[in-house]
Amino acid sequence: MFTARVVGDVVATTKHRDLAAQKLLLVQPLDVAGNPRGQPAIALDVVDAGVGDRVLVLDEGNGAAQVLRRARGAVRTVVVGVIDEIAIPDERLR
Amino acid sequence: MKFARVIGTVVCTEKVPAWKGHRLLLLAPTDSRGNDPGRSFVAVDLVSAAPGQLVFYVRAREAGMALPNPDNPTDAAIVGIVDHVRETGPGPDATAQPAPRGGR
Repeated sequence: MFTARVVGDVVATTKHRDLAAQKLLLVQPLDVAGNPRGQPAIALDVVDAGVGDRVLVLDEGNGAAQVLRRARGAVRTVVVGVIDEIAIPDERLR
Repeated sequence: MKFARVIGTVVCTEKVPAWKGHRLLLLAPTDSRGNDPGRSFVAVDLVSAAPGQLVFYVRAREAGMALPNPDNPTDAAIVGIVDHVRETGPGPDATAQPAPRGGR
């Protein structure tokens, strides 16, 4: 899993049936300091996250199928949590 | 899933039987605005995408799972054509911020 910021959504009329009727969020991966790092990804959403939320994103197919409650398919990236807080008590670990 | 631009088609007369009936397209990875092409790669097309279109794709095992017969060696599959991206950004209250300090 990785932490990300929801920065938008993606509209696609033509898509694989495994993605039908699913909200697609644009998520920007973050580094440990909360800064954007790397390219944004497209993720499904099972926690009703919104733009601006810091979220936990799962990027693995078997887990994705579990949280979507269906057989494995063409989905591996799913927003599975809205992060309230990340604590890193030791400054040296940051 | 990630964004890519379709930049061409790949034709193989001889190919893995599980890919029969699906086209192979050449993709260049992009960001959400269509910039920054990286190293191109080939993906199985499941949505009838065309050169020039912005699409999104899955990689790894989930690419194979996208085909009707999941027992195939695909490592990238196009699963959607982008109509538009509403990139509203993180907003003024959600700019880069240090992780919270201290204990709870």
